[in-house]
Amino acid sequence: MPKDGGIGASTKRREDVRFLTGKGKYTDDININNQTYVYFLRSDVAHGTLNNVDTSAAEGMPGVIRVFTGKDFEGIGGLPCGWQVTDRHGEPMQEPPHPVLAQGKVRHVGDPIAAVVAESLEQARDAAEAIDVDITDLPAVIDMKAAVQDGAPKVHDDLTSNLCYDWGFVEDNRQAVDDAIKSAHHVTTLELKNNRLVANPMEPRVAVGDFNDATGDHTLYTTSQNPHVIRLLMGAFVLGIPEHKLRVVAPDVGGGFGTKIFHYAEEAFCTFAAKEIRRPVKWTCSRSEAFISDAHGRDHVTKIELAMDAEGNFTALRTETYANMGAYLSTFAPSVPTWLHGTLMAGNYKTPLIYVNVKAVFTNTVPVDAYRGAGRPEATFQLERVIDKAAREIGMDPIELRRKNFITEFPYATPVAVEYDTGNYNATMDKLIEVADFAGFEARAAESKARGKLRGLGVNCYIEACGIAPSNLVGQLGARAGLYESATVRVNATGSISVMTGSHSHGQGHETAFPQVVADMIGIDASQVEIVHGDTANTPMGMGTYGSRSLAVGGSAMVRATEKIIAKAKKIAAHLMEASEGDIELKDGAFTVAGTDKSVAWGDVTLAAYVPHNYPLEEIEPGLEETAFYDPSNFTYPSGAYSCEVEVDPDTGKVEVLAFAAADDFGNVVNPMIVEGQVHGGIAQGIGQAMLENCAYDDDGQLLSGSYMDYAMPRAADLPNFVVDHSCQTPCTHNPLGVKGCGEAGAIGSPPALVNAVCDALQRAGKDVKHIDMPLSPSRVWAAMNG
Amino acid sequence: MYSFDFEKPSTIDEAVAALSSEGAQALGGGQTLIPTLKQRLNAPEKLVSLTGIAEMKGVSSDGGTMKIGGGTTHGTVAKEAKGSFAGLAKLASLIGDPAVRNRGTIGGSLANNDPAACYPSACMATGATIRTNTREIAAGDFFDGLFTTALEEGEIIVGVDFPVPQASDYQKFEQPASRFPLVGVFVAKYGDRVGVGVTGAGEDGVFRWAEAEEALAGNFSPDAVAGLSHSADGLISDLHGTAEYRAHLIGVLTKRAVAAAS
Repeated sequence: MPKDGGIGASTKRREDVRFLTGKGKYTDDININNQTYVYFLRSDVAHGTLNNVDTSAAEGMPGVIRVFTGKDFEGIGGLPCGWQVTDRHGEPMQEPPHPVLAQGKVRHVGDPIAAVVAESLEQARDAAEAIDVDITDLPAVIDMKAAVQDGAPKVHDDLTSNLCYDWGFVEDNRQAVDDAIKSAHHVTTLELKNNRLVANPMEPRVAVGDFNDATGDHTLYTTSQNPHVIRLLMGAFVLGIPEHKLRVVAPDVGGGFGTKIFHYAEEAFCTFAAKEIRRPVKWTCSRSEAFISDAHGRDHVTKIELAMDAEGNFTALRTETYANMGAYLSTFAPSVPTWLHGTLMAGNYKTPLIYVNVKAVFTNTVPVDAYRGAGRPEATFQLERVIDKAAREIGMDPIELRRKNFITEFPYATPVAVEYDTGNYNATMDKLIEVADFAGFEARAAESKARGKLRGLGVNCYIEACGIAPSNLVGQLGARAGLYESATVRVNATGSISVMTGSHSHGQGHETAFPQVVADMIGIDASQVEIVHGDTANTPMGMGTYGSRSLAVGGSAMVRATEKIIAKAKKIAAHLMEASEGDIELKDGAFTVAGTDKSVAWGDVTLAAYVPHNYPLEEIEPGLEETAFYDPSNFTYPSGAYSCEVEVDPDTGKVEVLAFAAADDFGNVVNPMIVEGQVHGGIAQGIGQAMLENCAYDDDGQLLSGSYMDYAMPRAADLPNFVVDHSCQTPCTHNPLGVKGCGEAGAIGSPPALVNAVCDALQRAGKDVKHIDMPLSPSRVWAAMNG
Repeated sequence: MYSFDFEKPSTIDEAVAALSSEGAQALGGGQTLIPTLKQRLNAPEKLVSLTGIAEMKGVSSDGGTMKIGGGTTHGTVAKEAKGSFAGLAKLASLIGDPAVRNRGTIGGSLANNDPAACYPSACMATGATIRTNTREIAAGDFFDGLFTTALEEGEIIVGVDFPVPQASDYQKFEQPASRFPLVGVFVAKYGDRVGVGVTGAGEDGVFRWAEAEEALAGNFSPDAVAGLSHSADGLISDLHGTAEYRAHLIGVLTKRAVAAAS
C-alpha cells in the first residue's frame, strides 16, 4: 500500500475545495482599481476588404476612453507562429502576418476590427455599434480542396496560394511506399473527415492588462496554460517588452484543452492598451465570442490506404491529409498535422513502410490549432478505422488483425522517426477483453435484437507521443521553443516546502499530485508541500502544460530539484551528527547514520540550513532551495485498448452509447484517482467528438454552429459509466518517475471505438455501411442505413 | 443588453394599459426573450412582466375542457395535467430543463411561436382555443408562420382551453444541441376524430398531418399509420437533419405516439 499522500495514493484533490466552494480566483475575479473595459468589434463577414473604419462617432459616446483600430498596430509585431514546418521540397511554410487588429482585410467571421475601451463594458458595446465599418465583401474560401485549386480567392494576397505547406513524411520513403501499395496482396482504402471542434472550456478566455508608469512594469493576467510562453511570445515578438518588465499571471484557469496554449490578440491588446491609456484594461470573452475567437481543433480530410500481404501482415501505409489552418497561423498550428500526427501513423503496429502527406490550407475560418490530443487523435482515428475496414474486407477478426501486427519488442524504431521505449499492447488488449466482458457481448446483442435494437461492439488501440519533448529534437523539427520544464524546490526553515513549477494546472490536479512526488521522496506528509504555479514573477521559466507533459516533464524536474535538496540536506545532517556524508540515509522524514541509532529529523536539518549556528559554512551555503530544469531524452508513449458498445435505433438512426471501457498503459501512476478522472474527461470529449460536436460553416463562411443551440456538447446523460483500468504498466524507461502522461489518452483513444461500434451494429444487421463521418448524429446514421 | 423600463402589473387590465405605450413588450417567463436581450437582438423600451398576474395562473378543468392560465409555468402544467391529460403533462415535462420549466410559461411559448416549440403541436392536435384579453382564437387560426401569430400589438394570452382527449401522447425527438424537438408529434384521440400536430419540421412552423388524422380516425392503432409517409416538401433542412429525415421521423413518431396513447 502506498503511504498516505505518497506516490500511488488516491489522495483527494486539495484544489477542489476552493473550486467547489467558490473560493477559486480566476482571471475574471481580478479587478484592478481604475480598471477599464474593452469590447472588440469583430467582422461579421468571412472575407472582405477593409476600406475604412470610421470611429469618430464612437469616440464621442459616453464613457469611451479610446477606440483602437488596426492603424494603431502598424509597426507593431503581429502574433507570431511558434513552429516552422519545412515542406516536401525543403522550402519553409508560407507564413502570413497575423495583425492584432485587422489591417486591410478581414479574413474570418470574428476577426477583430476595432477595440473600444470604455468605463464600462456596456458603454464599450454601445460605442462599438456606432463604429462605421466599410467592407467590400470578397468571395470566401471554406472548403480546403477548393481553396487549393488554381484561381481560388486568396486568404492572404501576398502568398502564392492558400497552401501553407505540402509536407511529406518520410519523403525518402515515398517511392518505396508507392511500390509496396502497387504490389500488395490487398489494399484497404478509406476516405474520412476528422470533424472540426470548438474546445469550449467552462471558463471563457479573459485578459487584464496593467501598466505602472512609475516603474515601467507591465502585468498581464490571462487564462493561459503557459504564462511563460505568453511572456516570451508577446514580449519578444509582439510588443517588444523585455521579460524583466513583463509579468504574466495565469491564476486559476477553468479548463484549457489546448485552446488556452496560444498567444491571442486580446492578450497583446490589453497589455498594449493599458500602457497607451495608463489604466488597466479588462476583456472578458462571452461564450458567443469564444466560438469565433478561440482557436478551433481538428478539421482534417484524409485518404488512407493500408496494404497487406495474404496473411494480413501490414506491408505499407499511405495517407494524404488536408489540414485546415483557418485564416491565420495560430501559435502551434503547423506542428499539429505534421509532427504531432505523422509521427504517430505507425500506431501500435509494425508496418514497415509509411508515407504521410499533409497539405495545410488557409481558409476564411477561425484559426485551427491544438485541441486535446492535437494530431494524435487524427492519426489514431484514421488508422484504427482503416484497420477495422481492412479486417472486414479480408474476413479476419479485427482484434486478431491488430494482434497479428502489434509491435511486441521494445525499444522499437518506427519508420516515422520516433522510437517507442516500452509498451505491451497484447496486455492492454487482454485486459480490455476482460474488463469489458467481450464474452458476454453476443448475449447482450441478442437481448438488444429482441427489443428491436441493433447492438454493436467497437474496439481500437491507440498510441500517443506525450511528455513533449526533447528540445534538441523538436528544434530540428521546426519548434521555435524549448520543451523542457522547470522546478524550484524551496524548503522553508521549519521543513515545509514550496515548489515553484513552470507547469500550469487548469484542471489536472497538479496541486495534489505534485506534492505526492516530493513528499514521497523525503518521507514527509504531502500536506507539508505546496505547489506554486501560474505566475512568471515567482516561478522559474517553464513551458507550461499541454501534450500530457506535466508529470512526465515537470514532475521529473521536481524530482531532479528534490534530489539536489536531499543531497545538500544530507551534508547538513552529516555535520549535525558528526558523521560521514556517505553514511547518511533519509527515510520517513528522518536522517540516520547507517549502522548507528543516531537520527536527526527533517525539520532539524532544514532549521539548521536557515539558522546556521552549527553548520558547515566552509563547505556549503546556508539555505535549502534548489532549481532544476529537465529536458527529456525522448517522448513518452502511453498506449491502450478501448472498446465501446452501442445500440442503434433502426427506425431513427439514434445511437445510444451503452458501455465504454479503457485499458491504458500509463507507466507508473502517482495518483490513480486523478488518472481515472483524466481518462473520464478525455473519453467524454471523445464521445462528444464522435457523437455530437460539429463545428460547421456555410459556403459564405458563416459559422452555422455558433452557439449551444446548434453546437452539441456532451452532457452527463449522454455518457455511460466508464470502465477504466490502468493496471497494465510498462514504466517509461527514460524519466525518473517512469510515468507517461494520461491527459489526452481518453480523447485520442475513444472516437474510433464509437465509429467502429456503430459500423459493427449496422453490419451485423446486414447493412453495407463502411464508414460514417463524425459526429454520428441520428440523421447521418439513418442516411447511412438507408443510403 | 440595452436599458429598458420595467413594469410588473398585478391585473390583466393594468398589463394591457402598460403595454399600450410605444415600444412596450410583454415578458412571460423570459426563457427566450431574456437571452435575445442579452445578445442585443431585441431592444424594447419597456418590459411588462406578466408573472405577477394571479388570474393568469393555474390549471382547472371544466366539463371536458382543461383551462390553463397564460402565465402558468411548464412545471405546473406537467404536474397538474398528469392525471387527466397525460400527453400534455408529458409534453410540458420534456421542455428544457427544470430551471426553464419553472420559469417558462405556456402563454410565452405560444406567443413566441418558435417553429420548434413543443406546445403548438398540442394546440393544433387538440384544436385548443387561445384566449386573449380581447377575444378567443382557434389554434388553427393562431399560428401564422415562424415566430408570427394572430396576436395584435399589445394583446395578451390570458389562457388556453384544451378539449381533453380520451387518449394522447407526445413524442419528442431531440435536436442534439438545443434539445428542442428536431421533430415533435402530438396525437390526441377524441370520440369522433384524431388530431396529429407536428412541430420542429415545417418551414412554416407547426402543422397538422391530415392524412394520418384521417387514417387514425377509423382505426386508432399504429398499424393505421404504418403505411403512411409524409412528404418532405415544405419541411426544414438544416445542420441537424434533412427534410427527408424529418419526413421520416414524422411517420415514426406518429406511430410511436399512437402506440403510447392506445
